This record gives sequence, structure tokens and C-alpha cells, in this order.
Amino acid sequence: MTKHLISSADLTRADVEAILDTAASMHDVQRREVKKLPTLRGRTIINFFFEDSTRTRSSFEIAGKWMSADTINLSAKGSSTSKGESLRDSVQTINAMAVDALVIRHNQSGACQQVAGWVNASVINAGDGTHEHPTQALLDAYTLRSRIGELDGKHVVIVGDLTHSRVFRSNVITLMTLGARVTVVAPPTLMPSGIGSWSATDGFATSWDFDEVLSGEDRPDAVMMLRVQRERMSGGYFPTPREYTVGYGLTRPRLATLLQRNPDVLVMHPGPMNRGLEISADAADAPSSVILDQVSSGLAVRMAVLYHLLAGEGSAA
Amino acid sequence: MAHADSKPPAGHPIDPAGRTVLSGNEIGRCLRRIAHEILEHNKGADDLVLLGIPSRGVELAQRLAVILSEVEGCGPIPVGALDITMHRDDLRSQPTRAPMRTLIPECGIDDKVVVLVDDVLYSGRSIRAALDALVDLGRPKAVRLAVLIDRGHRELPIRADHVGKNLPTSHSEKVQVRLAGFDGVPDVVRIAGGDER
Repeated sequence: MTKHLISSADLTRADVEAILDTAASMHDVQRREVKKLPTLRGRTIINFFFEDSTRTRSSFEIAGKWMSADTINLSAKGSSTSKGESLRDSVQTINAMAVDALVIRHNQSGACQQVAGWVNASVINAGDGTHEHPTQALLDAYTLRSRIGELDGKHVVIVGDLTHSRVFRSNVITLMTLGARVTVVAPPTLMPSGIGSWSATDGFATSWDFDEVLSGEDRPDAVMMLRVQRERMSGGYFPTPREYTVGYGLTRPRLATLLQRNPDVLVMHPGPMNRGLEISADAADAPSSVILDQVSSGLAVRMAVLYHLLAGEGSAA
Repeated sequence: MAHADSKPPAGHPIDPAGRTVLSGNEIGRCLRRIAHEILEHNKGADDLVLLGIPSRGVELAQRLAVILSEVEGCGPIPVGALDITMHRDDLRSQPTRAPMRTLIPECGIDDKVVVLVDDVLYSGRSIRAALDALVDLGRPKAVRLAVLIDRGHRELPIRADHVGKNLPTSHSEKVQVRLAGFDGVPDVVRIAGGDER
């Protein structure tokens, strides 16, 4: 296993499978009365979040605590960052306290890669700008695998704001590492400019037409809706929210089409949802929806990631 | 989540240089004797729970459970698996591997007589880890240990209550246990390496 987890591409298929298998055991621990393993006793993990987060930060914190590590949360607000300290000085200060892992979320793509060059600790990317969010991809793969079995040959459709989505980038890599086929759907304005290089890969396809993909020959096993990231948009990507919903939202009729073609289809969303924009309440609350499973998988998967990065031979510190 | 359990077993090849110390029939006889010992010691099959330590301990525990209920003529004996990976004291000295599933029977282990089952007892460190793992799962009335092979060289004050065969070994020798269910080859215990030649 690698020392850092910066990109989903750092993980081989064997690595991903080891993490998902471990997560299955960790999921059992989650259901026990005593939710504590001694595995990372004496290790220190800092969650350094330069950007807002509820589920990622809390699940990394709980995961670390359940593995018996000492976890400390820092956010940009309330740390020396707000006094003007640079990212480099901040993380080097933390590194000087002999921590074992730094879990970092930052609004700049590539921030984690840079930090990894400055510190001795293991660096775990908890979302960097519009680049990657590898643990989200792992928990999505885990959720899928626990519902529909091995992902070889399965067809996953990812819909929404691809340009600004780190979840989408990591998901495509991890899903394809596991042998799944991925179709991504977005309006032309939200299709990333460099996607051409991926389109050449076997099992990867792009489309501007959600309905065509839904009714196409290759029926989807799962549909992942992405959040329309209002905070990263400076306008002009689509005329009105209503128009986005009409073209790319998972509306009630689209859900009906999906279920008609595959009654076992799964509806996913990394959260937080904009109900009524990219996903209708019907779809979000449907029996096919595994959105809350994704959250509870997050804990198990993050415990598994911490274990594989920090527990073994040659781990940091 | 059947996927983790339905993986094909990771069978290992047998070292051809070794010699056989227990044949398949002998393994069967050992298990039957251990079963009788457990019943005698426990004065019946009441409150018994067998927990195998992965990988081969689980198969041994399942076989013991079958023999126990045959001998006693009672219903099925609760049997489960106790993974100790996360409790090991040597995690830092090897690459990480995915733990196996811990499966506790529905009756739980509180106030039960838990019999831990493993294939080879060596340093005793695995059993130490298993005892720690048990603490987080409940409070058994008693914990006993049954092993197929005791090869000596204990590093902790731990001993087995029921032993299939005591096998004096040197540190450089390897004891290989192969079981039909897990390894997909006929049952056998072999010893290989060391100074013999």
C-alpha cells in the first residue's frame, strides 16, 4: 500500500480490494456495542480542513477514534491560517509535532500533493479543489459492491457538474480499476475540457443526453447524481436551475424509466443534496436510493484506509 | 455482503521436502478426542460456543461443532469466527492484510463457555490477541483453548486446554496444516525445513 492517498490512481486493484474487504469487517465493528479496536493506539491523526465539511470530517474523526488513534481537528477558521500563515508553514508546524497522518481538505487542486512533499506524515486527501476525493470513491465502490456484488462489467452512470466535481474524478478511476464501465453525463458547459483523453479508454463514455443514456442499450446498474456546486460557479453554465433539472435532474419520470428497465438499479448521491435541482425528493427517498448507506459506509471505509496506510510495515513515523 | 465470505480459499502448495506428522484419519481422530474432552470438561454441551481463529481455525471449529452435536445427540452447537488481525502486536513488522470477518453466533458470548479453536499453537501471541478481541465482544463465563498442534516455544503464559498432538519442533521448522475445506487438498499436517535432512 502507498504511504499517501492523494489520488485514486495511487491504488492498484489489489489495494482497492484489500481496503473494501477490510471495510466489510469494520462495518461489523460499527454494529457492536464496543466500537473500538486497538490497532492505531498511540498514533496521532490531524484533520486539517481548509474548507467546510460535515460528513467527511466527522467520519474521519470517528474512524480514527474507533481505531484508538488520537485525532485532532483543525479548520482554517480559528487557526493561524486566518492570521495569514501560508499552507506550507501551517502543515510544517503540525508536522513538527510528530503526527502520523494529516487528513487534508483544501479548496486548491493539488494542495495535498504539495503538502506530501513537505511533511513526513502520511497525507490523506479528503478533497482538494476540483481534483480528487479518493475516500469518497472508495466508499461509493464499497456501497455498490455490498449491494450488487463484484463490479466487473457493471455499468455506472455519473450525472451532473463534472467540471467542478472531485467526486466524479476519483469515482471514475476507482470504478474502472474495479472493472466497471462508466458513462458520464453533463451539459456541454459542465463537461471538463480534458475529458477527451479519458474517452479513449475502454469502458468509458461521455454523453450530453441523460435520457438517451437511460434508455440506451446498456442499461445502468447504478446512477450517481452529483451536486450542482453553486459555490464553485460564477454563473453562465446553464440558463436557469429549472432548465438544468429538465435536462439533467433525476426526476420522477426518469426514475420510473430507470426502474422499468432495471428494478434493482441503485440511486446514489455523495451529498449534500439540492433536492428539486439535481435529484427529486422521490428519487432521493426511493427504496433504490442508497444515499444514507453511503454515509455509513464512509466510516467503515475510512477506518480501512487508516488501517492500511498507518498500521503496516514501513508506515510513517 | 456475501462477497467477503464467498472468496475462493487461498490454498497454499505443500512443501514436498517435508514429512507427514498427522494423516487425514489421524486429524479426524484428534478432533473426536478433543470433542469428547470438551464435553467431559463442560459436563455436556450446554452454553458451549466455538470460535475459530481464521483461517484454518474456523474450519476446525466447524468440524468440532458437528462432532460435538453428534456425540451429545443435541442440536447444533453455535460456532463462529474471531478475527484477530486488528489486535495483533506485530502489525508494524509486516505489510497490512485485509482482516477476515468476525462472526459471532446469534446467542452471543455473554455467560457462555467459549472454546477458541486454532490450528497451531506456537508463541501464544495470536491467543493473546484473541483474548483481547473477545473482551470487546462480551463477557464469557469461561474461555478455553483447543488446538490441533502444540509446537511449543511459548513467549507468553498461555497454554491449551485441549491439544490434538504435541509436536516438538525447532524454530526453523515450519508446521503446515492443510484442510480439505480451506485448502482444497486432503487433510494433512506436515513438518518441513529445519535441521533434518
